[in-house]
Amino acid sequence: MFDNALFIGFPYMAIAIAIAVTIYRFFFDPYSVSSQSSQFLENRKLFFGSVPWHYGVIIILLGHLTALLFPGAWGLFTANQTRLYIIEIIGLALALMATIGLIFLLYRRMSNARAQAVTSELDWILLIVLFLQVGLGFWVAYYYRWGSDWYLHTAVPWLVSLLKFQPDITYVTALPFWVKFHFLNGFVIALLLPFTRLVHLLVYPLSYLWREHQVVIWNKARH
Amino acid sequence: MVFHLDKCIGCHTCSVACKNIWTDRKGTEYMWWNNVETKPGTGYPTLWEDQEKYKGGWDREEDGKIHLRLHGRKGGLGNIFYNPALPTIDDYYEPWTYDYENLFNAPEGDDQPTARAVSMITGKPMDNIEAGPNWDDDLGGSPLYARNDPNLDELTEDEREQLNEIERVVFFYLPRICNHCLNPGCVAACPAGAIYKRGEDGIVLISQEKCRAWRMCISGCPYKKTYYNWSSGKSEKCILCFPRLESGQPPACFHSCVGRIRYLGVLLYDADQIEKCASVPNEELVAAQRDMIQDPFDPEVIKAAKANGISDAMIASAQNSPVYKFVKKWQIALPLHPDFRTLPMLYYVPPMLPVLAKTKDGNYDVDGLEKENLPAMLSSLEKARMPIKYMASLFSAGNIKEVEDVYRKLIAVRIFKRAQKVKDYQKSEVDAALAQGNTTADEVEAIFRLTALPTYEERFVVPPLGREVAVEAWEVPLDRKREAGFGVRNKIAKRKF
Ligand code: HEM
Ligand code: SF4
Ligand code: SF4
Repeated sequence: MFDNALFIGFPYMAIAIAIAVTIYRFFFDPYSVSSQSSQFLENRKLFFGSVPWHYGVIIILLGHLTALLFPGAWGLFTANQTRLYIIEIIGLALALMATIGLIFLLYRRMSNARAQAVTSELDWILLIVLFLQVGLGFWVAYYYRWGSDWYLHTAVPWLVSLLKFQPDITYVTALPFWVKFHFLNGFVIALLLPFTRLVHLLVYPLSYLWREHQVVIWNKARH
Repeated sequence: MVFHLDKCIGCHTCSVACKNIWTDRKGTEYMWWNNVETKPGTGYPTLWEDQEKYKGGWDREEDGKIHLRLHGRKGGLGNIFYNPALPTIDDYYEPWTYDYENLFNAPEGDDQPTARAVSMITGKPMDNIEAGPNWDDDLGGSPLYARNDPNLDELTEDEREQLNEIERVVFFYLPRICNHCLNPGCVAACPAGAIYKRGEDGIVLISQEKCRAWRMCISGCPYKKTYYNWSSGKSEKCILCFPRLESGQPPACFHSCVGRIRYLGVLLYDADQIEKCASVPNEELVAAQRDMIQDPFDPEVIKAAKANGISDAMIASAQNSPVYKFVKKWQIALPLHPDFRTLPMLYYVPPMLPVLAKTKDGNYDVDGLEKENLPAMLSSLEKARMPIKYMASLFSAGNIKEVEDVYRKLIAVRIFKRAQKVKDYQKSEVDAALAQGNTTADEVEAIFRLTALPTYEERFVVPPLGREVAVEAWEVPLDRKREAGFGVRNKIAKRKF
């Protein structure tokens, strides 16, 4: 029963709230959607935090996503031992990079008075939850080796079952505590997304690659 | 827009008018959408002209193509987590106030209580204030500010030294606002596409709802005229007081200008030429920008303007525009740093330059004037105290001839009017000055009139947004025709018939 609440109820609730609030925010409060950059107030530490953090976390997230969307291809790829080693090593290195970046970001907000002036409670909560997540991820990857392989047979089928609205939690309930914590904390982050500056990852300005350099807008309809 | 620098007295009324209306909110304390800086000097933010440092504006390649100095499209997305060319608050100054309450609330003691400076960002006391608004005001010749002006790079060692001699110190004021450029770097640099130029009047605005704090516009603008609001997490810039313009008033800085140096009017231009014009070699930039401006009296131009939906009233404003006269007809107003290639729409009539002089035996002696028998106080290009190269670096991308032409005409105006009023010039000298300035007595009178005696209506020719059609600036009236009631935020259901 408790497991059902954790691995069915909570994920559905988190995602439902996340989607609803995100939609609300985009349509009724677009002004609030911002990365809230604080580089203007503190520049140096941000460099050592933001760059490794983002490059680390984004590539890792893409890895998670690829495995979820194309489990077959991913499985084939990791079936070869050398490739499995390479994937694991890259994953660990990126996790380390992201963790170090995040430590810099946390330290920066703790130590710099100007950065503190623009830090809200939610910012702290987000940074700590993210730190927990990459920390746990790193820990899991290190202690329960070959996650890039067993992820396919545990979390992926569970997530797919959730997506299909035929939840089946047997894939995950028997896993070690730290692994389950990592999974669930992921949904905590999804829940936090629309309430924090994390929304900025949904507005990645990809269209910059092709839009016209100059933008002219006429108020009046032009005939 | 034209700013006539000879008339600026450096009073900062413009800056204060702007600040009181637009930037007295949290996060904007440090912003001066309008600022007045002392030149030579390092300006605000410090060394803003140094594009090696800030990467603003456009760069021209060997093949004649231009690209943003800040980033290419992929580079822009790659650098989004950290903008390497972003100025920080320390390049402007940390805003502060004083702890006045302490004067009343301090416990009784042996010393007078003081009001300490307190940071408006952190709220903590600031013991060392190292920069502030107009920190280098009037510090022409100062080793820290004037000597580090990037425009002095063009000068020889001798010329630079001479500017530091106390009796030869020379400076002038340079009021700056957003230039509402035709090829704006801020718009092009914004990954979110949140910045745009209004078709109707060319005002460049940042949509506060679309801005995501990717903070690239701040670097992309070579004039550093977009600012980051550190509190709201949005960039902001001069809006040319569009709510005032829409009701027929000039912007507050124009209106309040004590020296009456500011002129506002319509220019018609051919938007298809923008890219070509921004890509010509440095020496041709001023001329190309001037060529792009169309003659509002030319029937062909009028026809084309009408075909593009430009109203008769707008065309009439263009014909009446003081800006057109200064920039195109008389050609005595130049863009600031055309070398940044954003095609700025704010032009400057450069200030007259004091002549080179020294005190000799207690007398103020203009070098060689006696010999040439010239009146001492009038400007002369050959004897100008500020090397012309400096002005060319500021106003013509290094093209000396463009600046000299302007000065020759301005000097002709001086000599002509002096001959008329003080009568200490010979007719032959006046004629020679007119010929050198490539001008005529009529033109000189017209320049004099618009420079020295213009009325409010002559300085500001704001195109009318007729009341009856004013709503069209905001919405399409036909869309609203069959709707019931009012609504701004939420759409109202439309009546079918
Ligand atoms: C999708 C592409 C992303 C872009 C373009 C992006 C961009 C940015 C930018 C511009 C900032 C502000 C940095 C500054 O202060 O100047 C920022 C901050 C931040 N981002 Fe991202 N981000 C992305 C993805 C992510 C992801 C996937 C996460 C986490 C799961 C994340 C977490 C954060 C956090 C926690 C901060 C705050 C750092 C701090 O100042 O303490 N971002 N991001
Ligand atoms: S001067 Fe104004 S319009 Fe031009 S680039 Fe800067 S902010 Fe943009
Ligand atoms: S108000 Fe006019 S005269 Fe005074 S500083 Fe500003 S531009 Fe110059």
